[in-house]
Amino acid sequence: MSAMMETGESKPAAADSKPILELRNVSKRFVKSLDAAAKIANLFGAGLKDEVVHAVDTVSMTVADGEVVGLVGESGCGKSTLGRVVAGVHPATSGDVLFRGRELSTQSSAEARDTALKVQMIFQDPMSSLNPRLRVEDIVGEAPRIHGLVDAKGLEDYVAEMLLRVGLDPTYAKRYPHQFSGGQRQRIGIARALAVNPEFLVCDESVAALDVSIQAQVLNLFMRLREEFNLTYLFISHDLGVVEHLSDRVVIMYLGRVVETARTEDIFSSPNHPYTQALLAEVPRLDTRKRKFVPVKGEIPSPLNPPPGCHFNPRCPHAHERCRVEQPTLREIAPGRWSACHLNDGA
Amino acid sequence: MANSDVPTLEVRNLQTHFFTRAGVVKAVDDVSFSVRPGEVLGLVGESGSGKTVTGFSILGLVDEPGRVVGGEILYKGENIANASDERMRRLRGNNIAMIFQDPMMTLNPVLRVDTQMIEAIQAHENVSRNEAWERSRAALEQVGIPAAEERLKSYPHQFSGGMRQRVAIAIALLNKPDLIVADEPTTALDVTIQGQILYEVQKLCEETGTAMIWITHDLSVVAGLADEICVMYAGRVVEHGTVNDVLDNPAHPYTLGLINSVPSRNRRGEPLAQIPGMTPSLLNLPKGCPFKTRCPRVGPDCEIEPAITHPVTARDVRCHYPVTAGEAAAPTSEVTA
Ligand SMILES: Nc1ncnc2c1ncn2[C@@H]1O[C@H](COP(=O)(O)OP(=O)(O)OP(=O)(O)O)[C@@H](O)[C@H]1O
Ligand SMILES: Nc1ncnc2c1ncn2[C@@H]1O[C@H](COP(=O)(O)OP(=O)(O)O)[C@@H](O)[C@H]1O
Ligand code: SF4
Ligand code: SF4
Ligand SMILES: [Mg+2]
Ligand SMILES: [Mg+2]
Repeated sequence: MSAMMETGESKPAAADSKPILELRNVSKRFVKSLDAAAKIANLFGAGLKDEVVHAVDTVSMTVADGEVVGLVGESGCGKSTLGRVVAGVHPATSGDVLFRGRELSTQSSAEARDTALKVQMIFQDPMSSLNPRLRVEDIVGEAPRIHGLVDAKGLEDYVAEMLLRVGLDPTYAKRYPHQFSGGQRQRIGIARALAVNPEFLVCDESVAALDVSIQAQVLNLFMRLREEFNLTYLFISHDLGVVEHLSDRVVIMYLGRVVETARTEDIFSSPNHPYTQALLAEVPRLDTRKRKFVPVKGEIPSPLNPPPGCHFNPRCPHAHERCRVEQPTLREIAPGRWSACHLNDGA
Repeated sequence: MANSDVPTLEVRNLQTHFFTRAGVVKAVDDVSFSVRPGEVLGLVGESGSGKTVTGFSILGLVDEPGRVVGGEILYKGENIANASDERMRRLRGNNIAMIFQDPMMTLNPVLRVDTQMIEAIQAHENVSRNEAWERSRAALEQVGIPAAEERLKSYPHQFSGGMRQRVAIAIALLNKPDLIVADEPTTALDVTIQGQILYEVQKLCEETGTAMIWITHDLSVVAGLADEICVMYAGRVVEHGTVNDVLDNPAHPYTLGLINSVPSRNRRGEPLAQIPGMTPSLLNLPKGCPFKTRCPRVGPDCEIEPAITHPVTARDVRCHYPVTAGEAAAPTSEVTA
C-alpha cells in the first residue's frame, strides 16, 4: 500500500499528492436518434422523442499518482463509458477531464497527442482488440514508430524489450495473434500499451475472459508493472475479489452515478451505501459453503428510464419518501469516505 | 438433502472423441460421476477441459465429427449413451434439460416468448393452450420476471441479457425435469442477478428433488452452491469428492493450484500464487500425466499416466503424488467481513 493512502483526505482521493487525473461533473449522454418511421409518425403529431441514455451522470473523482482505483458496478452502469472518456476515446458531453491539472479540451493539438499517449486502454477481449492481420512486432511497434519514440533501426530491439516486459519470448515477434492463447494475447495487448510509455492505464475487464490460473498470471503482471514503471490504474471489473486484491481505493457506480468511494479496506469491511452492501452480500467466496441465496428485491431499472430521486430506491430496503423525490448527493461521511445516501443525513 | 439409492444420473468412464482432420481430439477421456435427486454437482475446469462436451454428451447433442466412443450414461439406470434420436428427443426438455451459457441457444429470436414456452409444454404433454399459458406465466414469475403477463408477449431481443437468461432458465424448468445440466449460465451476469438465479435453482433442487450439474470455472460459485465437485483437466476428472473435502483438503496439485490462485486466498496487494504455463493442446498432450509440465510435484512416476486412486476416503484422485492434508494449508488470507 502506498504511503499517501495513510493520510486523512478531504477529496475523493489522496490529497497530499497532486492528482494525475481529475474528473469534474463529467457526463456522457448517448442519443438514440429516431428512425425514419418514427420521424414520419412525428409529422402526424406522434410526438416521439429521441431516447437519451445518461451513461455517465455528473461524475466527479480524482486519482492520485501511482494509485490503483477499482471501478465496480453492474452491467450497463457506465463503467466502460467512463473509462473511455478518461482514455480520450470519446469526449465527455459535459464537465471537465483534467490530466495532470490540464483540461483536455483546452490543450493544444501537440499537447493533446501527448496526453493521448500517456493514457492507454486495455480491453476485455484480447482477440478482438488485436488486428488479426498484423504480426506481433507491428502491433507492438506501430505506435512508438509513428510517434517517433524509436527509429526504424532500433525498432526490433524496442519491441523485444516490450515483449520481455510482459513475460513473452521475443522470438514470438513474427507471429500473428491467432497463434497465441488468451493469456498471451492479453500480454500482447499490454505490451502494445506499454510501448508508448504511458503513465495511466485504463483496464476494462482486462482479465475477465481469462481462465483462473491465467488470470492470476496477468494480475501479477499488472502489479509488477505498476511497481516498475510507477503506473496508475483505473481498473474496471465486475469481479469484486479481483478488485479487492488489486486496488487501493474502490469507486462504486450505479446507473451512471458514483454512489460510494472509499479505501478498499473500508469498503469491504464496512460498506456504507445500501447498494454496496447488497453487492458485497452476493460476492461468492470460497469459504462460504452451501449458502442460502436470496432473491433480488424489486426490478433492476433500465438506464434509459432510471427512477427519480435515488436511482437505487426501487431495490433499497431502506428507501423512504425522500428517496423517491430527491437525489442524494455524494458527500464525505468520514475522512476519505464518500457516499450518496440520505441515511447519512442522520435524523 | 434428498437421498435415494438410484442416482438420477450416473456417468461411467465416459469417452467422447472428435475425429478431426488434424487428429483425434479426446475431449472427454474417462469421466465418471453420479448425481442423486436434489443434489448439485459442480463440474469445474479451465476452458477446453471438456466440461461442455461432457454436458452435450449427456443430452445426446454431440455432433459430427464427435462421438461417444466409450463408457455409459445411466439415466435412472437406463443407458442413454447411444440411445436413438427419438428417445433422446423425448428425454430432452421433459426429463433432462440444459441451460446454455448463451441463452439464445434456447430461445428462438423470431418467436414471441409465449409461443416458445407453450410449444415447449405441448411438445411433451397433452394440455390445453390456456393451461400451458398459465404455466408459462407462473414459470416467468418463478425466475423473478415482473409483469409476466406483459413479458410473455415480448420477443427475446426486448429483454436485457440477464432477463434473457432468466427466460431460458424458466423454459428449462417448465416441465420439471429430473436433471438439469447448467453450462456456465451466470458467468456473464452481475453478482446480484447471479444470486437471483442461484436462488431459483437452489429452491428447485430442494423442493422438487431435481438433480443438477453446474458447470463453471468459478470455484467460489461451486463453493456456495454444490454438494460435490468434479475437477476436470485435459478431458479427465482429476479430483472428485464433496465440496468441503475437496476445497478444504485438495489432494490433486491442480486443484490446490486453482484454490491458491483465487484472489481472496492471497494477501491483498501481494503477488497471487499462480500455476505456471498453460493448458496443453489436446492434440499434443505430454506423455504420462497431462499436468506434468505445470506441476510443482512432478516426479519420476509421472511419465506414466496416473489412474484414479483413493488417497483419502470418499475421494477420487488422478495423481502419483497426491497432496496430503497437512501440506495443503492454503496461504493465510486477510480476513474481511
Ligand atoms: N455508443 C453507445 N450508444 C448508445 N448507448 C451506449 C453506447 N455506449 C454505451 N451505451 C449505453 O450506456 C450505458 C452504459 O454502458 P457501459 O458500456 O459504459 O456499461 P458498463 O458499466 O461498462 O457495462 P458492462 O459491465 O456490461 O461492460 C448502457 O446503458 C449502454 O447501453
Ligand atoms: N466440434 C468439435 N470439433 C473438434 N474439437 C472440439 C469440438 N468441440 C469441442 N472440441 C474440443 O474438445 C475440448 C473440450 O471442449 P469443451 O468441452 O467445450 O471445453 P470446456 O467446456 O471445458 O471449455 C476442447 O479441446 C475443444 O477444442
Ligand atoms: S438514498 Fe434512500 S433509496 Fe437511496 S440508497 Fe439511501 S436509503 Fe436507499
Ligand atoms: S501425477 Fe505427477 S505430474 Fe501429475 S499431478 Fe500428480 S505429481 Fe503432478
Ligand atoms: Mg463494460
Ligand atoms: Mg464450455
